[in-house]
Amino acid sequence: MKRFRVNSRCCETPEQTAASWCTISSPSTSELAVRFALWPCSSPSVTITSSRRSCLTAAKERGQLVFLEGLKSCLDLLFGEKEKQSGQPSPLQFISESASNLKALFDFVRTSVTPAGSESWKGPVLLVDDLSVLLSLGATPVAVLDFIHYCRVTVCSQLKGNIVVLVHSNEDSEDEENELVVNSLCHHSDLILWVEGLATGFCKDVHGQIKIIRRASLELTAEQDLVQIYQYKIQDKNVTFFARGLSAAVL
Amino acid sequence: MAAAPAAGGTVRGRGAISFQRKAAAGSRLAAVAGTRPSVRHGQLLLSSGLPSLDCVLGGGVAVGTLLLIEEDKYGLYSNLLFKYFLAEGVVCGHDLFVASAKEHPDNILKELPAPLLDDTYRNELAEEATAVKSEDFEDSMKIAWRYQNLPKMEASPTTSTKFGHYYDVSKTMSPELFQSIKWHSFYLPEELSLQPEVKTCNVNSAYARLLQSIQRIIYQEGFDGSDPQKKQKNILRIGIQSLGSMLWGDDICSSDTPEDIHSLTKFLYVLRGLLRKSLSACIITVPSHLIQNKAIMERVTNLSDMVVGLESFIGSERETNPLYKDYHGLVHVHQIPRLNSLICDVSDTKDLAFRLKRKLFTIEWVQDNYLRQERNIYPAGFSYLLKQKDSAWGEGSLQHSTFLMSFLAKATAFASRLVRHSEPHKQTGSGRIRQTAELRMWCYGHRQEAPGLLVIST
Repeated sequence: MKRFRVNSRCCETPEQTAASWCTISSPSTSELAVRFALWPCSSPSVTITSSRRSCLTAAKERGQLVFLEGLKSCLDLLFGEKEKQSGQPSPLQFISESASNLKALFDFVRTSVTPAGSESWKGPVLLVDDLSVLLSLGATPVAVLDFIHYCRVTVCSQLKGNIVVLVHSNEDSEDEENELVVNSLCHHSDLILWVEGLATGFCKDVHGQIKIIRRASLELTAEQDLVQIYQYKIQDKNVTFFARGLSAAVL
Repeated sequence: MAAAPAAGGTVRGRGAISFQRKAAAGSRLAAVAGTRPSVRHGQLLLSSGLPSLDCVLGGGVAVGTLLLIEEDKYGLYSNLLFKYFLAEGVVCGHDLFVASAKEHPDNILKELPAPLLDDTYRNELAEEATAVKSEDFEDSMKIAWRYQNLPKMEASPTTSTKFGHYYDVSKTMSPELFQSIKWHSFYLPEELSLQPEVKTCNVNSAYARLLQSIQRIIYQEGFDGSDPQKKQKNILRIGIQSLGSMLWGDDICSSDTPEDIHSLTKFLYVLRGLLRKSLSACIITVPSHLIQNKAIMERVTNLSDMVVGLESFIGSERETNPLYKDYHGLVHVHQIPRLNSLICDVSDTKDLAFRLKRKLFTIEWVQDNYLRQERNIYPAGFSYLLKQKDSAWGEGSLQHSTFLMSFLAKATAFASRLVRHSEPHKQTGSGRIRQTAELRMWCYGHRQEAPGLLVIST
């Protein structure tokens, strides 16, 4: 069974985090969003319906949305001409170098997230589409975890923002590196959205279930995590959520 | 995808990579030969060369996507699918790029199957197919009635399809069809001897060369829209055979702890970037049954758009399974893309099998075969009784249901005795001791049971 987990580490208000199946709410004027997609845009992590797309274009122009498209950047890195090496290293440089640390990537994130000069964006949100792809591209799990740690320090602690990360995982996966990254992220997240298919198999009316786990606190206290389980059905542009047992197949 | 900007406004600038809605520009893009826009997500679709595979993939292979075939054990059927894809390109007039480390691409292209363009042959096949269908489904299903209303896969050329063609595996394509086709080849042994050094970027050198070659072709021939002068847009079909095998210099198929587990995944990532940027589609066959480290296959699956696995029955125990007697193997669909929408075109039928029958390769739902043999779940004598007109043993009668109940009870007892005591099925020697239940017809002495009824002797 394939599972997607969206972990988020929030500082102030958990409500501000973008859950995986919801459309991105148009960024309010005070939020800066850095979106980082290693994956082509149409992925389950973040959906952009056409009504929101114009908001995002405008946001990008204002400088509110910074988008790093991994595929394009990778192609530029590998096939780009020599003149493009203008001194600023490519964020995905780790692919072509043997040193597998994601420092260049982190530098890119940090420069995008820190407000420069006249802009007054507050509360940055970092959205990472598919951390598992970084492992496929040659980064070691330790490097990936270091990267997330540095991002957390910068975005959450220093700038009081949020991070939303998408990872893939399989139940009987043999990919130990991936499982390592996923488990570590789970331990460090405030909110986990755990999306998986139904245990009983394929169903036309219920496509899967989502478990929302809110960590009471990250220290070892006696408080239990709050777990909510919903089931969902995906339509063309929308996802409907309902409580277990109340799907259209039953009602 | 290089093309006209969508009506909804572009999010990124020129040379956009991500998919965009092409609702308004659909009519203009459909002018590319051999493609049709998808009704669901507005992307251009190509045929994979096999109309039943197109059904499974949700209409076809979208332009800019990667179709990965996991090879069957001896590579026979995956090779066939590979050739179908290229043959479809020839028939539609697309450009081809064939890469292989094993066979020279010229030889691969000489062995493409011939298309069934002749109408008389198609009509013959159509008549045979309808004859078979009509005698099967005369009477409605009695037992498996729930399956009756499910859709049938399109397996034979009964309807005229402008999208997708049928091919005859026993004949090769005539060279005249190749005249107008532009094709490029990449044969690894030649390439290694030609250029001495290439920038590798930590990828296996064979893969690096292949990427350079593909990127050069896409750029030079203008498939990425970099040449605005080019009026007639065309599609580039890329075929890469047996990627990941040892011939490509990768040791993931031969060792449990390969030296570089990231080469193949990096290659696929960059290839997808190239595909997304151009009007092309790619088919890759990977010998996944040889890859020891399953983590690599998981990553490869996540990095591809469509993954179809073939499992042939040659040499496996399923060859003798009566359920599969008409088929040559199973088809496992591991991944289908979600393009421009949240939902993917997953078909409802899950158990798919393929067969090579009457020179046609088709993919069908396995249950079709089971349903044709519906009657065979009864013991032999009982079927005979049922076939009689107005038989007292017809369905709904008390005799029928009591028979079924006692039959099933005795069958399970028989099976459990066999399993529990491992008793031999055949009677040993000519002695009178009968140790297990047998399927017998009582013809002497005791009371006459219904023929075919199990008797458990003490």
